[in-house]
Amino acid sequence: MHRFANPARFLRIARPLTPALFWLGLILTLAACIWGLFFTPTERLMGDTVKIIFVHVPAAWLGMGGWTGIAIASIVQLVWRHPLAGVSARAIAVPGATFAAICLITGSIWGRPTWGTWWVWDGRLTSMLVLFFLYLGYIALSNASSNKGDTSRVAAVFGIIGAINIPIINRSVIWWESQHQKASITLGGSSIDSAYLAPLFVAVAGFSLLFGALVLMRMRAALAEMRIEARMRRMAEG
Amino acid sequence: MKPKHQRLLLAVIAVAALVGAGLIAASALREEASYFYTPTTLASANVEPGKAIRLGGMVQKGSIVRGGDGVSITFTVQDQERSQKVAYRGITPDLFVEGSGVVADGRLRPDRVFVADSLLAKHDENYVPRELADIDMSAAAHTKDTLVP
Repeated sequence: MHRFANPARFLRIARPLTPALFWLGLILTLAACIWGLFFTPTERLMGDTVKIIFVHVPAAWLGMGGWTGIAIASIVQLVWRHPLAGVSARAIAVPGATFAAICLITGSIWGRPTWGTWWVWDGRLTSMLVLFFLYLGYIALSNASSNKGDTSRVAAVFGIIGAINIPIINRSVIWWESQHQKASITLGGSSIDSAYLAPLFVAVAGFSLLFGALVLMRMRAALAEMRIEARMRRMAEG
Repeated sequence: MKPKHQRLLLAVIAVAALVGAGLIAASALREEASYFYTPTTLASANVEPGKAIRLGGMVQKGSIVRGGDGVSITFTVQDQERSQKVAYRGITPDLFVEGSGVVADGRLRPDRVFVADSLLAKHDENYVPRELADIDMSAAAHTKDTLVP
């Protein structure tokens, strides 16, 4: 872990990794979307609206995975004081918020024809909306620190506290009666027919790689900004 | 103890306390955070007639009776133990079929019939292509029950 905490070494790895993740992610995402949209059968009850799943599920996974990443990075930042931990947590926030929003929007569009409503205040939908607001709070908080490079400790604490929402989202359909159906994919298996499951996995992989590329780009931009600021400060002093 | 280990210990305690608090809060909310009553929880909840509530469950096979006026229907909602009679006037959602899930907004009449103001269909966690489902669009065959017992 210490090896990757060195910004110079990180940049050496991140520079070639970014385009690799980006292009592979883009190809997989496009392939999954075309496969899912045109080459999957209509669903027994939902018909063609089932195809929203190929965007909705990856977005939900990345929205939740993003915050999990923020929480882990925040713990690493507070305990080990790794210089890159805060930078990575901050880099995850905006893509994570975006995917949480995509999940909410596609879910709403899917809910209208399937359930008969754009929105209900059940456990799953409400806890996912809370996640989106937590992201907004985190972004505001981490931008509020005056020093650009040093991610504030308050934001890190907020990132850890907010993580309590992740298991709540996951369990919401099991603990409470809800409009949203239960998990289709569990450790025990899947109740999604393989005709949908295969392109869904490709979509999840593709979106995840794109997410990784976005985070690396944002981390590199943040590190570059820190270097510029350090140089400007030196010039101002000298 | 090195400062690093102190911080680690502090973080572990903080995370454990958070998870504990979250779990306690969630289990305390078990009843309140449920979006609807099932026939079983409704029977034990002692809800007075006229109070606005939601009822959810599976539409019992063969229970849908459509009225002569074309908009009023009655059907039975069931879970694994009990069932509840429902009356509704209006257009039913496309996914409202026998054997499928439904969530109804409404209230109990004094004669214990649930009068629904609106119906929402509830999809289950199974995704099955049409050609594999042996298409009978009037009834959804369920391999798994979506309701908590």
